[in-house]
Amino acid sequence: MEIKNAVAGTLESGDILIQITPGVGLQVDLQSSVAAQFGRQIKAVITETLTGLGIDNACVKATDKGALDCTIRARVTAAAVRATGKDVWKD
Amino acid sequence: MRHTKVVTLEEAIRRSGLKDGMTISFHHHFRGGDKVVNMVVQKLAEMGFRDLHLAASSLSDVHAPLIEHIRSGVITKISTSGLRGELANEISHGLLKEPVIFRSHGGRGSAIASGELHIDVAFLGASSCDELGNASGCPRSENAKSICGSLGYALPDARYADHVVILTDDLVAYPNVPKSISACDVESVVVVESVGDSSKISSGAIRDSKNPRDILLAKQAAKVIINSGYFKEGFSIQTGTGGASLAAVKYIRESMLEQGIKASFALGGITAHMVKLHEEGLIGRLVDVQSFDKVAAESIGHDQLHQEVSAVEYASADHVGSAVHALDIVILSALEVDVDFNVNVLVGSDGIIRGAIGGHPDTAEDSALSIIVCPLLRGRIPCVVPKVTTLITPGKGVDVVVTEYGIAVNPARPEIEGRLKAAGLKVVDIHELAAKARSIIGEPDALPFGDRVVGIVMDRHGKVLDEIRNIVD
Amino acid sequence: MFVPGNNPGMMADAHIYGPDSIMLDLEDSVTMAEKDAARLLVHNALKSIDFGGTEMVVRINPLNTPYGKKDVEAVVKAGVDVIRMPKTETADEVRELEAEIIKVETELGCVGRTLIMAAIESALGVVNAYEIATASKRMMGIALGAEDYSANLKTQRTPGGAELLLARETIVVAARAAGIACFDTVYSNLDDMDTFRKEVELIKSLGFDGKSIINPRQIEVVNEVFAPSQKDIDKALRIIAAIKEAQAKGSGVIAVNGKMVDRPVVIRAERTVALAIASGILDKEEAL
Repeated sequence: MEIKNAVAGTLESGDILIQITPGVGLQVDLQSSVAAQFGRQIKAVITETLTGLGIDNACVKATDKGALDCTIRARVTAAAVRATGKDVWKD
Repeated sequence: MRHTKVVTLEEAIRRSGLKDGMTISFHHHFRGGDKVVNMVVQKLAEMGFRDLHLAASSLSDVHAPLIEHIRSGVITKISTSGLRGELANEISHGLLKEPVIFRSHGGRGSAIASGELHIDVAFLGASSCDELGNASGCPRSENAKSICGSLGYALPDARYADHVVILTDDLVAYPNVPKSISACDVESVVVVESVGDSSKISSGAIRDSKNPRDILLAKQAAKVIINSGYFKEGFSIQTGTGGASLAAVKYIRESMLEQGIKASFALGGITAHMVKLHEEGLIGRLVDVQSFDKVAAESIGHDQLHQEVSAVEYASADHVGSAVHALDIVILSALEVDVDFNVNVLVGSDGIIRGAIGGHPDTAEDSALSIIVCPLLRGRIPCVVPKVTTLITPGKGVDVVVTEYGIAVNPARPEIEGRLKAAGLKVVDIHELAAKARSIIGEPDALPFGDRVVGIVMDRHGKVLDEIRNIVD
Repeated sequence: MFVPGNNPGMMADAHIYGPDSIMLDLEDSVTMAEKDAARLLVHNALKSIDFGGTEMVVRINPLNTPYGKKDVEAVVKAGVDVIRMPKTETADEVRELEAEIIKVETELGCVGRTLIMAAIESALGVVNAYEIATASKRMMGIALGAEDYSANLKTQRTPGGAELLLARETIVVAARAAGIACFDTVYSNLDDMDTFRKEVELIKSLGFDGKSIINPRQIEVVNEVFAPSQKDIDKALRIIAAIKEAQAKGSGVIAVNGKMVDRPVVIRAERTVALAIASGILDKEEAL
């Protein structure tokens, strides 16, 4: 799927800022104050959400401010929708 | 003046007989505005000293310059109640070869009094001092530049150190009385530009918290106290300075007025809130080991019923006469509480040192009712956990934990649980709280600890309680 | 309690303050550029967050915007309890929304699950209040939105609220005639708790079932105002006990404390007990 640059989310407490740009394979660059405890989990949620939406190639820069998994899913999906220009989510 | 102890800092250091490898000490009454530690250590570095043991009552963000002095070998050992900021971060990553010795305020007092922590030279900042060394945390002249009120954490050092140097930014005429530190305990007096940045001391303006979570926790904490069985005429109380603790004082006050109950004394950590209640006649006396803001610092200077106590008189476990033995109720905060009611206030859930022990284990153990007030979660960081990252306050001294998701009571206090349930409060099993936290944030990965010990936590009685390991990035 | 739909931090713990109902907003508190993201946040929040049994409401965008239909799909699929329709003016609009809801519910196999609340925010809405209130079996309540309403009237809000009197009374009357609930509008000055309390007292005496709030700090005031006094509760319990006794004995007319107890009195007593239970003052078992 073709993607263009897109952003979703904010730097407010409890949120996560997701910036998607085209890339090869799925790469996630994560900044988070809970990186030691949840870094692996956060990256997993991001990549699972993207592959679930049919996106296998993208560069993701994520700045996390303590977001819960459901928020991460929502923000990644929003960024994906904005990046692909289609409503890729339908569950 | 026939005699004077006033000398330059360099001369004071020479006179003290300080040698490489010796122990120097400081207090932290200027907290985030302290200038004494950095100033003295800088001078010691210039004079070529090495291998010194820095025994401060506590250290904070402002002491980041110590990182360089550690790297260059001037300071090779630290004893303290707490560490914060960059210095803490570096130490957590293995900056110091020898582990930091962490003690509570009461523990440090006991250790100094018993000789276990031997101080060669104490460098103690004071807001006023005369030429013979009578020192005080209260400003005395119009040239006064700083204020800190109680010098409680400096008193054991002044009494037991081999050599005492007072640093002051206001030299006043003899006799500087009322005094905290007696001239007979002082060897040298050094006049400096500034001992502490007063703007970093809170003004003490009482602002009602607008944070709904703090308000919720505060109301719950107040309800616990009021229904605990300890809320009666003549009760004594200590609170922390967190938002919820300060807000709780407001609701406790309302009930004191409603029920016509007065407190005999407030202990600690005295804040403007406590001073206000005292001046209203609701609290008989204020027993002050640290004046947290300008209002408290000024009050101790002119109110006979607001008295300074040393760290030993405040919280020493070795001394049955210490104030915590008479304390009924204490409200404390926590970084983590576990299912055995153990508390961690020193190490973050990322394994990095970021707090201070303070009087936490002292007050929790000896008070009649200790209440921990903390949110279930701070963002994605759990505060109620299966096991604390580092043990600071053993659970047997912790009676009640108040969170927004419910109140947990230590099974060793069934009578308190009964009273709270009868009052209609939401009492839950602490395991439920830990599970609730997990269900919201998920299961955290194990922390990347290395195998170097960077910190040793001593309990109040001088035994090793826990170890802190380095974090590997 | 209103919670903006684009603020994940606020959504996560809105329920701990004990509001009776949480209203996640996709409409006026969300900018157009963020409507898509907010819809996803609310969808995921409804699916994953444990709101502790609190009634969950979502205020969607009107169906005649590019967002409305997608909002309906997203929130019904996430299992929302009630959809709040903004700016409702006619019964047809209600039926249109119901049709959209049925579409999604049918796909999911749960037809009839989602309820509707209509916000009346204009003169026409007030005029059609009863029609709106009876337009669907799913309509559980109607509410007043005073900001848009007063603008629509070409006036502004005043402290006394004289400009809202007709709207408030009409909404209460329409709701009662239709057998559903009615809710009053928000009060936004968080620093003036005294005026807020007076407003809550006013709308309670007008007959409203509850009030929309925008911050947890307002919850306590509403609960206090709506909670019946102990005196009223005791009296109500006595009346209900007397009725039960009379019914057991088979006698028709009863008196409590020398006063005749006829039907309106009994109904008021039952409502008092219900309010007491809702306010947490009475245990359900205690009252029966």
